[in-house]
Amino acid sequence: MDLKPETIEKIDKLVPRYPTVKSAALPLCHLVQEDQGYLSNEAIEWIATRLDLQPINILEIVTFYPMLRQEPTGKYHVRVCRTLPCALAGAYQTCKKLEEAFDCKVGHTSDDGEVTLEFVECHADCGKAPVVMVGEEEYTNVTPETAEEFATKLKNGQL
Amino acid sequence: MEHQQHRLIFKHVDEPGYTNDIDCYIKHGGYEDLKKAVTMKPEDICAEVLESGVRGRGGAGFPAGMKWKFLDRKSGKPIYLVCNCDESEPGTFKDRQIVHQDPHQLIEGMMCSAFAIQAKLAFIYIRGEFFEGYKILERAIEEAREKNLLGDNILGSGYSCDIIVHRGAGAYICGEETGLIESIEGNRANPRIKPPYFPAALGLYQCPTIVNNVETLCDVKHIVNMGGKSFSEIGTPGNTGTRIWCVSGHVQKPGYYEFPCSSVTLGELIYDVCGGLKPGRKLKAVIPGGSSAKILRADERFTGKLKDGTEFDWGIEDIPMDFDSLMAVGSMSGSGGVIVMDDTTDMVEALANINYFYAHESCGQCTPCREGVPWMRKVTQRMVDGNAREEDAELLKNIADQIAGRTICAFGEAASWPVQSFIAKFKDEFVEKAREQAARRKDGKDTATETTLI
Repeated sequence: MDLKPETIEKIDKLVPRYPTVKSAALPLCHLVQEDQGYLSNEAIEWIATRLDLQPINILEIVTFYPMLRQEPTGKYHVRVCRTLPCALAGAYQTCKKLEEAFDCKVGHTSDDGEVTLEFVECHADCGKAPVVMVGEEEYTNVTPETAEEFATKLKNGQL
Repeated sequence: MEHQQHRLIFKHVDEPGYTNDIDCYIKHGGYEDLKKAVTMKPEDICAEVLESGVRGRGGAGFPAGMKWKFLDRKSGKPIYLVCNCDESEPGTFKDRQIVHQDPHQLIEGMMCSAFAIQAKLAFIYIRGEFFEGYKILERAIEEAREKNLLGDNILGSGYSCDIIVHRGAGAYICGEETGLIESIEGNRANPRIKPPYFPAALGLYQCPTIVNNVETLCDVKHIVNMGGKSFSEIGTPGNTGTRIWCVSGHVQKPGYYEFPCSSVTLGELIYDVCGGLKPGRKLKAVIPGGSSAKILRADERFTGKLKDGTEFDWGIEDIPMDFDSLMAVGSMSGSGGVIVMDDTTDMVEALANINYFYAHESCGQCTPCREGVPWMRKVTQRMVDGNAREEDAELLKNIADQIAGRTICAFGEAASWPVQSFIAKFKDEFVEKAREQAARRKDGKDTATETTLI
């Protein structure tokens, strides 16, 4: 495993803060995923060894929590909230526009590897629906009317 | 008519020039209540919280002071405090504002609470999607530590307590307090059965644990400030303090609005505060407390008796926004997420959307929920896909009836209440959907029509 020194530093600082090592499992999954982009089998085994746990203890977490990934995403990871308040504001039509603009079906990564487009559940910002996240950044009021412009800006790196 | 908000928790939220760093917080009088708290007897703070009558703002509405009273102090095990910042109930977005705009208010509320229950260590369980919120809290905690407001020997009081920010990873069930505890322990968030696993007795690491919502913990800061009695005078007896209503859906001005409990009605909230519906639209239904709360139909009459014996006869617009009134009309104030739907809303699609959510979020531990909730999703999906049957409404109700009350945690109810209430109140639309499709089929037309909510 080739983790960045700052990731290792964060991990070393975090583990002893918890009353049990197992509590550090989910935080370590986050840190390693942020470092590597996803959690490979090698990463899962590395985390298990670091915490003196079995790989299954990590795998069962990875397969439970929707935000943990076992495959890399495209350069832009676009997550469209589809839960009721966003849907009432047009999230499904927003997503259709994004599918066209990125030439990518929801739930997939575009052929050029630029965009992974996903539906996700409520992001807790329903007053500014529809909500779209790109990587760690949140964008609000991405309506069907503004979705195309949003996609163009994203592709041109102007978001 | 203009309704003046009474901002207690959101006093500085959206205030021009107010920043989320500690200097700004202290300049506005911050941490004075913690200074006061550490000079008080811990049991006196608990008594104030009990007297305040503050009820949990996360969903269940259980009195926080009572929850604290259940703490097992005889076991000799360490006590933990956990702030539930999972904010996962669809339609709710209040905790986000506190974390982003006033994180020190939460930290001060938590440290007052931690001191009161004599917690050894505190956690903030923050949902994984709040990337920025996580960074803000981490920074705020370091700022507070530098000023000795948390960590070792807080303000020279001899009391020590630290806060760990623990990130979730997108699972709704982590908002359930025992699921949350499992998640902090490094497991799948499968909720625990109560009894015996009441967190106050057997919580985190099998130690006594208090889990409170962000807003509730902020309330504690204000209770320390004004005293439990003064706090209890905001709102009405049994429904004390302010509440932040998060309004989303088909209103002109969605957003978060803070009012004393009972001081606005649902009608005033929708029409006066949120600017009403879009031109030409009519109100069809409201889900008043996050997506698991039972739906209210706009043309219903609500009659019955309140806890104190007063009889009521309300239209939807007359319902006072508080815990007991919403419970009396058969729903709940839940997490404060008010989802408004106008007459363009297809109720079968709306339920299909909600069922999709709960089917996605079932932890899979209990059979009725693991099997039943995706089944309900499948039925509503089939209906919107063009293959609705007249008996589907009954089928959905039957499935929901067999989930509710038969699971370890309240998720079973959370997933069943929308189905039960949609069918109870909009059954005609479910039957009509099947008839409409049958007519189209007879005419040789495609039965699947374009959907907007699923």
